[in-house]
Amino acid sequence: MLPLKEKDVLSLHAGDFVLLTGVIITGRDKLHKFLVKEKLPPKKIPFDLQGSVLYHCGPVVREKFNNYEIVACGPTTSIRVDMYEPEVISRYGLKGIMGKGGMGEQTLKALKENHCVYLHAIGGAAVYLAKKVKKVIGVWKLEEFGIAEAMWALEIENFPAIVTMDSHGKNLHSNIEKHSRNEFMKLLKT
Amino acid sequence: MLKLRDILVELYREAATSLPFEIENKLQKISNIEKSNSKEALKVILENIKMAREFEKPICQDTGVPIFFVKAPFGISQTHIKNEIIKATRIATKNIPLRANAVDVLTDKNSGDNTGIGFPIIYFDEINSNKLIIELMLKGSGSENIGQIYKLPIQEIGAERDLDGVRKCVLDAIYKAQGRGCPPYFIGIGIGATKDQVTRLSKEQLLRDLQDKNKNSVLANLEKNILKDINKLGIGPMGFGGKTTALAVKIGINHRHPASYFVDVSLSCWTHRKAKIILKI
Repeated sequence: MLPLKEKDVLSLHAGDFVLLTGVIITGRDKLHKFLVKEKLPPKKIPFDLQGSVLYHCGPVVREKFNNYEIVACGPTTSIRVDMYEPEVISRYGLKGIMGKGGMGEQTLKALKENHCVYLHAIGGAAVYLAKKVKKVIGVWKLEEFGIAEAMWALEIENFPAIVTMDSHGKNLHSNIEKHSRNEFMKLLKT
Repeated sequence: MLKLRDILVELYREAATSLPFEIENKLQKISNIEKSNSKEALKVILENIKMAREFEKPICQDTGVPIFFVKAPFGISQTHIKNEIIKATRIATKNIPLRANAVDVLTDKNSGDNTGIGFPIIYFDEINSNKLIIELMLKGSGSENIGQIYKLPIQEIGAERDLDGVRKCVLDAIYKAQGRGCPPYFIGIGIGATKDQVTRLSKEQLLRDLQDKNKNSVLANLEKNILKDINKLGIGPMGFGGKTTALAVKIGINHRHPASYFVDVSLSCWTHRKAKIILKI
């Protein structure tokens, strides 16, 4: 259940499969750059980010009867915003980052320091995940950034994800990277 | 008679919403082999493929960069085809809908309709036939971003200027990509004399059917061996670990310059969206 509390985050471990219910916020390349460059205080954002999950996603959206329908909303590659993420996590009090592909050492450190968790959504499963969105709560920076890069607040129900980087410093991605590095080195010699 | 524009809108719809069945079947097969979170991810993926087809919605929210490969007989106007493609792109973006992905480099503004300078990408070839063949690939950018171009030799990975050097480059590209581009991947490889030539060639390889075997037995063998090696890396579906990191490796060659040995590695995510239409003229 969202927003996440400190004890929820601490109870999550890399490898756990979770179903999220509550409100999440989207944000990707342009938004991260903007938040960090402008050093925007939390109160300047129309949504409450404290304890929230920031989802790296640029959805397909259709306008319908003065409202919005999320048509497709899978995750985008998270590593592109790695350089901004520690600042974003600490300034806005985020308790979860969701995307795909994992993130770097600086974000792993920020997860640990701020008791936050990285959730891996299923890449490309965009229609399936859109069905887990029950409502569009609102959108910010739509005109300026466009549909994909705007910040959307979405009410989700039973949205599946896998914890791949936890607040205890464990990172599934680096385990797999190490294993594949060993195999790669062996294969270079064959 | 249907206008070319309408046919192209339907080509967009097919590519964006209906994954080729041979790819779906292959994913179904590997979901029986993989374990744990990789298996769970594949289950969601398979469910998503079915939902996208049923509701005619984009399989992935990144509907990518549209790349057209047009083969037209003598006498067909390329300008006409190009204009129809641009009009169809605008209609498809609004009606399917696709995500608008064309961003002006100078103003950073999204054009809103997937058209712009050099967008969509269109490649033309003339063929000696009475058929007009149009293939469309919606190239997702998560997987495009992890593609690599290599200039052999590369001492660090012991890649010399030979086919084993090519194998090492591809392994290096996949090792570096890890799970960031939504594996299991489809891999297109182009080898040749110049950078522009090999990047187009590697994309063309991605058009080949999953089961398509290279007509050249040396390359067919290399494709098989590289695929086997990649699947030893253990990156697995979604990068969650497992036996299937790639589903296909396809290689194309051009003659090279004595001083140049370029190898381009183009990757597609599991959502390898493509559609083809053949029209009699």
